[in-house]
Amino acid sequence: MRLTCPLCGERDRREFYYYGAEDFLHRPGEGAPLSDWDNYLHLRDNPAGVTKDLWYHEAGCAQWLLVTRNTVTHEITGVELVAERAK
Amino acid sequence: MPELIAKSALEGRSLSVGTVRLAEVDVGPITSVALLPGGAKAVAKGLKSLGLAMPEPNSFAEKKGARIVWTGREQAFLMSADCPVLEGAAVTDQSDGWAMLGLSGAAAVDVLARLVPLDLRLAVCPVGTALRSQLNHMNVVILRTGDHAFEILVFRSMAQTAWHEIEAAAQMLAARAGMKL
Repeated sequence: MRLTCPLCGERDRREFYYYGAEDFLHRPGEGAPLSDWDNYLHLRDNPAGVTKDLWYHEAGCAQWLLVTRNTVTHEITGVELVAERAK
Repeated sequence: MPELIAKSALEGRSLSVGTVRLAEVDVGPITSVALLPGGAKAVAKGLKSLGLAMPEPNSFAEKKGARIVWTGREQAFLMSADCPVLEGAAVTDQSDGWAMLGLSGAAAVDVLARLVPLDLRLAVCPVGTALRSQLNHMNVVILRTGDHAFEILVFRSMAQTAWHEIEAAAQMLAARAGMKL
């Protein structure tokens, strides 16, 4: 498996650290109901298909990456910098 | 204040194995320049006094002995020159934290091929390239300084290990080259 880091280019899997689902980017705002926090912390989808998750390029540019991939075909369709993503 | 004697990590040692030469390189002061939000313009102005600019990703540039190396998003290492006043950046002295190893010779690229998960052939890694990656499990910055020359920036605490790994790889390669198959 290889990821194309937007800064470093195509790199081997061993350079990256897997964190988890994209959900961690969507922290509930102040005063959000408990159900939102429950969702943020504990509830995860397990799709057969396209999913988005966070990877850290620890042996390269030390940036967090938002990776779009397909769990069925293993195709990687997008890698973007979390720091520069469109919000 | 007494003047203290600065010692390099490897005390300037060098080594030749087959066609490969490995030597510690004295790069002088190293300063990390990390842009603060909105600081790009001020930093560009400050670096202009050295004839340099913030480098593009995966590259380094040199001017009159000073060198600037890309080391991350909106971050670079300034080497071999005293850092000018840079408004708009977080500037930290890194000089004593790193060791620089020079690896040269026709087989240098083959030695690194055994240690680094990158394609470093000249066609895809031209002179002026600076890459952050790993040498075995040590984080390094690899600079392509010549057609057959690399410089490898490694944490000072890992300089001995990096030296050992490169030496061992060079010896294995030389032994293989010497065999009549």
